[in-house]
Amino acid sequence: MATKAMEPETAQAVFGECPLPVFEHPQIVLGHGSGGKLSAELIDKIFLSRFRNPALERMDDQAQLQIGNARLAFTTDSFVVTPIFFPGGDIGTLAVNGTVNDLAMGGAKPLYLAAAFILEEGLSTRELERVVDSMRVAGERAGVQLVTGDTKVVNRGKGDKVFITTTGIGVVERPIHLSADRCRPGDRILVSGYVGDHGITILSQREGLELECALESDCAALHELVEEMLGAAEACGNPQGIRCMRDPTRGGVATTLNEIAARSRVGMTIEEDSIPVRDEVRGACELLGLDPLFVANEGKLAAIVAPEIAERVLERMQRHALGSESRIIGQVTGEHAGMVLMKTSVGGMRVVDRLFGEQLPRIC
Amino acid sequence: MKYLDEYRDGKIVASLAEGIRRVQTRPWVIMEVCGGQTHSIVKNGIDQLLPAGVELVHGPGCPVCVTPLETIDKAHAIARLPGVIFCSFGDMLRVPGSDGDLFGIKSQGGDVRVVYSPLDCLKIARANPEKQIVFFAIGFETTAPANAMLAWRAREDGYSNISLLVSHVLVPPAMAAILSSPQNRVQGFLGPGHVCAVVGYREYEPLAERFQAPIVVTGFEPLDILEGVLMLVRQLESGRAEVENQYSRILGPEGNLPARKLIEKVFEVGDRKWRGVGMIPGSGYRMRAEFREFDAERRFGVGAIDTREPEICISGQILQGIRKPHDCPAFGKQCTPQHPLGATMVSAEGACAAYYAYGRRLEEPALVTVGGGR
Repeated sequence: MATKAMEPETAQAVFGECPLPVFEHPQIVLGHGSGGKLSAELIDKIFLSRFRNPALERMDDQAQLQIGNARLAFTTDSFVVTPIFFPGGDIGTLAVNGTVNDLAMGGAKPLYLAAAFILEEGLSTRELERVVDSMRVAGERAGVQLVTGDTKVVNRGKGDKVFITTTGIGVVERPIHLSADRCRPGDRILVSGYVGDHGITILSQREGLELECALESDCAALHELVEEMLGAAEACGNPQGIRCMRDPTRGGVATTLNEIAARSRVGMTIEEDSIPVRDEVRGACELLGLDPLFVANEGKLAAIVAPEIAERVLERMQRHALGSESRIIGQVTGEHAGMVLMKTSVGGMRVVDRLFGEQLPRIC
Repeated sequence: MKYLDEYRDGKIVASLAEGIRRVQTRPWVIMEVCGGQTHSIVKNGIDQLLPAGVELVHGPGCPVCVTPLETIDKAHAIARLPGVIFCSFGDMLRVPGSDGDLFGIKSQGGDVRVVYSPLDCLKIARANPEKQIVFFAIGFETTAPANAMLAWRAREDGYSNISLLVSHVLVPPAMAAILSSPQNRVQGFLGPGHVCAVVGYREYEPLAERFQAPIVVTGFEPLDILEGVLMLVRQLESGRAEVENQYSRILGPEGNLPARKLIEKVFEVGDRKWRGVGMIPGSGYRMRAEFREFDAERRFGVGAIDTREPEICISGQILQGIRKPHDCPAFGKQCTPQHPLGATMVSAEGACAAYYAYGRRLEEPALVTVGGGR
C-alpha cells in the first residue's frame, strides 16, 4: 500500500531511477513507419514542428491549396512493400491508387501524377516493366496522367528491389470541405466494405507464414465511389453532409477513426458485429493474434456522414462495385471525446485505441 | 465463422451470465491463470457481464511478461553479436531489457527475425550455414513441445549452427506459490486451457485438494470463460474443490502424450526466476545434459549475466492477484506500453497492458456501467 500513497512526484522520482529504460529512440525503428503512435510522434516532433503552416497542420490525406480561382488538392506517398507482386496487385497499382485515393478523400478529382523510382541494382528489368505496366493501367483507369518523374539506382543491398514515390494533383470542383475536424455528435460512421484484406494478403505472402488462402488485396482507386457519395449528398440537398473521408491504410480503420475523433474532439462508438470482415481475414487474425481493425486496407474508405443523409449515402455506396459491402458501423458521440469505444459482440464495451507501433503476432 | 462464432453468441453469453447470477450468493475471487484468458476477458468486456460479487483477478500466465529481466538481457547480448541471427516470437521484440528492446537492436544492425514456429529456424539455419541461429525459447508448457522439437531436430539432423535460449515456465508451481502466499485472495481458478491441452490436468488435482481451491480448466472464447466461471461458482457455492474440465472439446485429463514424451526427452524441471515474482523452485524447464550443446547460454557465454529487477513495480502483486493495475500510481502515467516499467505492461497479454489497450486506464467511463459488474 506504500506505493499507492505515493505522491505522483515521488513516484516519478523513484521510477526515474528504475533500470528499465524509457524509449528515447536514438535510432529510427520499424514502428516509426507503422502508422501508430510512434509514427505520430515522429511526424509531430521531427517534421510538423519544423514546417508549421496551415495547410500542413490540417493533417488530412492531402493538402488543399487555393491558387487563383482553383482549389487544388496536393499529396505525396512512398510505397515500399514486400513482396512487390501479390494477389490483387503489385507495388505499381498501389503507388497509383494510393495517391489517387489520398486526393479523392478530399473530394478532389485526381488529374496528374509524378513518380520517382529508387531501383536496386540487380532488379530484373522484366519485373520493373511489369510494375510500370501496372501503373499505366491503374493510371488509365483512374483517369490520371503521369506527367513527370525521376529514377535513381542504388547499390545492391541498399534498397529492396524498388521503392516508388508518387505525388498527385487534383482539383476540388465542388463547394465542399471535407476534413477530419468537421465531425459532430450524431454523425454516422461508414466503411465501404470488408476491412483488412490488403494487410492479410501481404502477410500471407511473407516468408515463414505461407497461409494458403484465396484472399486478394483490395487495392483500387476510390474516386468514382467518392463521386457517387458526394452526388448522393448533393441530391439530398446537403452537400456538406459528408464531413470527412479517409482511406484507412496503415494502422487500419481503428487508427483512422482515432485520428478523426481527436481532430474533431468528439467520441465515437462502433459495433463489433456491424464491421464487415471476411472469414479468411478473421481466421488469419485469430491465428496470429492480430486485430482486423488495425490491418491495412488499400481500396476502402471510412466516411463520417450527417445522420439525416447517412442511409441515402450508404445506398449509393452499396450500388457501386467498390462499395457493395458498405456498412454503417457506428456513430459520433458528444461523450468520451477523442476516444473510440466498441460494443463487443458479447455485449461488453472496450476502447479501441491507436496502436503503439507495429501489431505483433502473439505467442499463444 | 465456424468454431468461433458459436462461442461468441451474445444470447448464450447473456444466459450464462444470468446463470452465474442465479447461482452466486456470496462474493468470490476467481483467478484466470492464463494471459490469453485475460486478453479475451478484457477485449470482450466479459468481466462487465458478471455480477458484482464475482471478481476476476488476473494471473501470472503471460509467458512474455514473466520472462526475467536477466534472460532478456542475455537475449539482447546474444542478438547484438555479429554472425548471429536471433529468432523470436513476435511479442518478445518489444520487451525492454536493461538497455532497449530487440527492435532497437535490429535498428542498430542486429539480425533479429520474427518466426511463427520454432521449426522455421531449421530453414534459416540451412540458408545461412555461416551464421549462428539462436531461438528465444520461452513460454509455458504450451510452447514447450514445439521448442523441444527444434532442439530434437537440431541434434538428430546434426545442425551445428542452432541453439536455444531457454526460459520455460510451468503453471502448477506458480499456482502453488500464489495459494501459499499469506496475502492470497484467490478462491478458485480458471485453469489454463492451452497448457492442459499439452500436459493434461492430472497435476492440478493435488493442488485443488491441498489448498481446497477448485480449478476449472477453461478455454478462451467468451462462452468458454463464462461457462468456466459458472462451473467454478457452482463448486465454490457447494464447498467442493475439484478439478473440472470446461474445455473438453479440446483436451482430456492426460493431454497430448507424444508431446509430453518429447518434452521429457529434451527438458528437465528446474528452478526458474519469474519477472515480478522472483525465484519459484521447480517452476521451469531447462535443457537436459544430452542437449547442453544446443544451449545458447553456454554457447555464447552469457550465463553470468545477472540483472536485478526494480523493487518498485507492483507487477509481482498483480501477477499473484493481490492487486489490480489501477492500484499502481504509475499505471497509464509513467508506465505505458510505450514505456513499460514492469512485467505486466510489456506484453499484450499482461494484465496492465490489456487494461491499457482496452481503455481500463479511465477512472469511470461509460463502459464500466455496462452490465453493472466490477
